[in-house]
Amino acid sequence: MKIFATYNIKGGVGKTATAVNLSYLAAHQGYRVLLWDLDPQGAASFLFRIRPRVKGGGKALIRGKRPMDDAIKATDFDNLDLLPADFTYRNLDLVLDAAKKPSRRLGSLLAPMSAEYDVVFLDCPPGISLLSESVLHAADLLLVPLIPTTLSVRTLDQLTGFLGSFDGSRPAILAFFSMIDRRKRLHREISEQLPEERDDVAAAAIPALSLIERMSVERAPVTAFAPRSAAARRYADLWQEARERTKLPEPPATDAW
Amino acid sequence: MQSVLRQFVVNRDDASEPGGLPELPGSAFAVSGPARPVSLRRLWLDTFDWRLYRSGLTLEQTGSRGATDLVLTGRDGAVLAADHGGSGPLKWPGKLDVLPMGPLRDHLGPVVGVRALLPVARAVSSVREQRVLNSDEKTIARITTDRMSVIYPAAGTVPPRVAVTALRGYQPQAGRLAEQLAAMPGVADGSTSGLEAALAAVGRRPGDYSGKINVRLTPRMSASAAMAALLTSLLDTLEANVNGTIRDIDTEFLHDLRIAVRRTRSALKLAGDALPDGVAGRFRPEFKWLGDLTTPTRDLDVYLLGYSDMAASLVAATPGELEPFHDHLRRSRAAQQRLLVRGLRSARFARLSSQWRQALTTAASARSRPSVARLAASRIARAHRRVIRDGSAISVTSPPESLHELRKRCKELRYLLELFGSLYDPGEQWRAVRELKALQDCLGEFQDTQVQHEELRAFADQMMAENAAPAATLLAMGEIAAGLITRQRQARSEFAGRFRDFASPASQGRIRTLIGIAAA
Repeated sequence: MKIFATYNIKGGVGKTATAVNLSYLAAHQGYRVLLWDLDPQGAASFLFRIRPRVKGGGKALIRGKRPMDDAIKATDFDNLDLLPADFTYRNLDLVLDAAKKPSRRLGSLLAPMSAEYDVVFLDCPPGISLLSESVLHAADLLLVPLIPTTLSVRTLDQLTGFLGSFDGSRPAILAFFSMIDRRKRLHREISEQLPEERDDVAAAAIPALSLIERMSVERAPVTAFAPRSAAARRYADLWQEARERTKLPEPPATDAW
Repeated sequence: MQSVLRQFVVNRDDASEPGGLPELPGSAFAVSGPARPVSLRRLWLDTFDWRLYRSGLTLEQTGSRGATDLVLTGRDGAVLAADHGGSGPLKWPGKLDVLPMGPLRDHLGPVVGVRALLPVARAVSSVREQRVLNSDEKTIARITTDRMSVIYPAAGTVPPRVAVTALRGYQPQAGRLAEQLAAMPGVADGSTSGLEAALAAVGRRPGDYSGKINVRLTPRMSASAAMAALLTSLLDTLEANVNGTIRDIDTEFLHDLRIAVRRTRSALKLAGDALPDGVAGRFRPEFKWLGDLTTPTRDLDVYLLGYSDMAASLVAATPGELEPFHDHLRRSRAAQQRLLVRGLRSARFARLSSQWRQALTTAASARSRPSVARLAASRIARAHRRVIRDGSAISVTSPPESLHELRKRCKELRYLLELFGSLYDPGEQWRAVRELKALQDCLGEFQDTQVQHEELRAFADQMMAENAAPAATLLAMGEIAAGLITRQRQARSEFAGRFRDFASPASQGRIRTLIGIAAA
């Protein structure tokens, strides 16, 4: 089981859109996928038409009082399940703080899911918190959406530095440009230049497209409702790079009884 | 992740409309679709004696849009193994070796054994899957409607079968949906498998053949009526296996046919006097003819079925050196099978089976004084006494023939216990025959190894005469012969102990208790 997390300190950079589309693509390829919507705003849950509610709240989940199994909901797509958001997730830091080894808690909660899932996506809320620290410890690959500005490079360096302070295993980073506006020269320049200079920046980039915004109207991944669109193709490229970075094995054949 | 929550059978006129289920009145759920139905060719396979069904397994071959799948499921419908047509079109009936090596064949092997798989039902299903949405337009369940027309073993139509599958995390809502469906007029719970539904539609049920004697006797039944019922059941078994024997589908058709003949012959010999005058005497020679007709092919089958073990047991010779013997066995069997088929297609056999059935129908209504319980008790007691008497007379110096004779007596006792088995408590019966079985195994090994040894010599002579016996092959056969003699000696040395157990007062008491005769 490989754990992917979409993460950025900043909000509104395309984390949820990435988590939703990549998890759909993975499931469509035959991986058994779980997407955990950790953001109390519940945007990923909304996009899959699943009510953002977990019985007993985040506290029961994190403390292990309520099995994760019970809270998981099937999406309308084969192989793709969702652990919904809950408004109580806003207090997860407090719950984690009270737990033993808070920064390892998420990883140990997810470990038993490996029999059931090949791929887990964690859709994180913005900010740096105990929760994000726990996510960083659990993940195999961090997918970091960047808006093409000079500041974004600084953000990425900050994150790399922060991960450098971790003991033991630390996730690989795959940053990628998101919400690129092709009409802006700066966007074009940065998004073309940086992937050539840095290993941790993906060649694939996601443009700002109205079709991606339409996801909230369709309440489905763009990769599902417009699979041949430019947006869907860019997400497919990004997923391909993410798979290669983690050396994710081929999906289990659907008939592998 | 999904699981079938509930299944229904729909018996209402509008269920046959192409739009699928009618709208759920006053429901919070909406049915999305209808999706286009998928047409599915379905074929269920089992052995003639329903080994898969009896083991809780279902093997179904489905074909849709040019693809063929063969799927094995367990009692709960869970898929245990499958083959997705990688081996090309499969021909049925067929033995397991038509399947490619793999999990499916591994799963079936221990259950199917030497039997062939044959179609037990064939149908065409029109399957429509619809999604059920809640007020968020989120799918919470799937409704699958299966309209099936049966083609084989007879034509018939199955009422539409509906399955509700809950999506993970939506079981409570799907449960409410299922309740609403259940409340609709003409909708009833029904969770029969596709195979059961297909067979039920044409008035059959799975598992309706068994080589076992399947007649429930009551102690007060008249002996003649009981014997007629038993013998009719044996005739049914015999006739049920004729077609498979002639078509040579697998070796067990002939085996079951022979058992029915042997049981019939024993019944006629040991209790035939319960039938109206002259009937037993008239038919005994005919059944002897039938028994003799089937012996050569079966003997060769036994050799061929045990051939790979035999070849593997060679120490000095190599399996390859035995191969000409294998060829000889196969040729001989093919020749014997032709004679057998001729016999089973003869007027003599047709006459035997029709006249025998006629005679049994007459016997069923004949009045006779003794009850079947008394007849059974007296005949079992007599057969038992004979086994004790003959067995006690055997010493270490007795000739092999005396053991062969004892084996026959034991078989007679065993057949009587089986024939009249339904009169007795199954548990007591099992305990009563335990020592008898052990004794029979020992005597069987003793005689079979001797017969096989003699046959082996005869085969060697034939092969020499046909110039089909290289020296290496004869040497390999010699090694097999030596192995048979060793086994025979082993059986002989075990005989005294087995007979002592059988003749012990406790064992004798169990037989007497079973048939209700006081130990005194």
